[in-house]
Amino acid sequence: MSLVESSLDPSRAIRGEVVLAGEAWLGRIERGRYFRIVDMEGNQAVDTLFFDAADPRNRYSAADTIRAQGSLYLSTGTRLLSGDGEALLTIVADTCGRHDTIGGACSSESNTVRYGHHTKSMHSCRDSFLLCAARAGIPLSKRDMAPNINFFMNVPVTPEGGLTFADGISGGGKYVEMRAETDVLCLISNCPQLNNPCNAYNPTPIRVLVWEGA
Amino acid sequence: MAASSDRFVYGEELPAGAGWSAVVKRHHILRIMDPGGGANVAALFYNRDDLLERYNMPDTLKAQYTAFITRGRVLLSDMGRVLCSVVADSCGWHDTLTGHSDPSLVATKYGRKRYQEARNDAHRNARDNFLIELGKYGLGKQDIVPSVNFFSKVTTDADGRFAFVAGHSRPGAYVELRAEMNVLVVLAAVPHPLDPSATYTPRPIDLVVERGDPPTADDPCRVSREETKRAFENTERYFQ
Repeated sequence: MSLVESSLDPSRAIRGEVVLAGEAWLGRIERGRYFRIVDMEGNQAVDTLFFDAADPRNRYSAADTIRAQGSLYLSTGTRLLSGDGEALLTIVADTCGRHDTIGGACSSESNTVRYGHHTKSMHSCRDSFLLCAARAGIPLSKRDMAPNINFFMNVPVTPEGGLTFADGISGGGKYVEMRAETDVLCLISNCPQLNNPCNAYNPTPIRVLVWEGA
Repeated sequence: MAASSDRFVYGEELPAGAGWSAVVKRHHILRIMDPGGGANVAALFYNRDDLLERYNMPDTLKAQYTAFITRGRVLLSDMGRVLCSVVADSCGWHDTLTGHSDPSLVATKYGRKRYQEARNDAHRNARDNFLIELGKYGLGKQDIVPSVNFFSKVTTDADGRFAFVAGHSRPGAYVELRAEMNVLVVLAAVPHPLDPSATYTPRPIDLVVERGDPPTADDPCRVSREETKRAFENTERYFQ
């Protein structure tokens, strides 16, 4: 696992916003621009979906992305592929080291299975995705909510095929940075999950930044 | 796999390379067999009564703390319900992490073999087979999600690197799924995208549907974990 820093200067970013814990963020990132997500306080799960802005049905595909690179974890060099096999973005810097894409996003319904029926009405990522898309009036619905990226999450698979939710390897100020390879829409849920020890039961804010291309 | 004739509904051969779809009624059992060994069957699952509800790989894996499918496990939908229970499995491991083939992968790996020259021997891929079958139900590429790849084993090392296990599925291997809803099953009998074979060699599959019984209170899939008990509760509530 190698860590790669970026040379981009946050003071020169054309967009920089804090996304509070439990909030969603929707943004368009033009081809050639750079997009950074900062884990401000550490071990926050940033549930992220990407769509081809020209055809949102052509969306990020977790399975195609990990198969094409031959390994499970996302980090510097990973091309984030769409279902049509096109690169939407490429990870160009990563000071965390690896990111999950098989753990999915929490939902009201999956919370009942994982944590008990009493958790059904708690906040969840898929609820956040739906509300954000509906408010924005963009044509994204439940059909478009496929397996996402969980930036800063550590979900190792053992050689025997066990799935574990390990302690995080992220920390305050760690970031991941991508270059858009085409015009993309990004939909983030800054995960509100209160039942999982991976974030010490304490969801925290993130920062998103966008730079013009070189 | 006690095949009693009074429970037999129908059987069908899925030719090598082909796609297939059908609705398997609640509590019927779909047996998928690899008569010759070495098969791969990419599979997607939808609730026939509400096609927006579909197989969800992450929800299935994290609820059961596993990275593969085998007997005693369930396939969960994105709505916290059980689509199918895996009630028998001679194979022990079915991949669901690494997706399925598409036109470009098959052309790159095996060369182009088009209908225009090859007729019925043309190369087929999972994504096109899925798009064809899904289109028959008003679904499309928005509805394609990570599949289950029956009969294929892909392991992961400490660094996360994948390894395809050759020769995993022996002749006569089978898996049995009990539908816990009215399930639209979509299959593609095409090679696994990580299969290192240099030649395109899809295998034929035998399918049998039988009438089964509802899961009992002590059904192994139901009681395997507290999580699956709750998923069955969600499913049964849906049909009350």
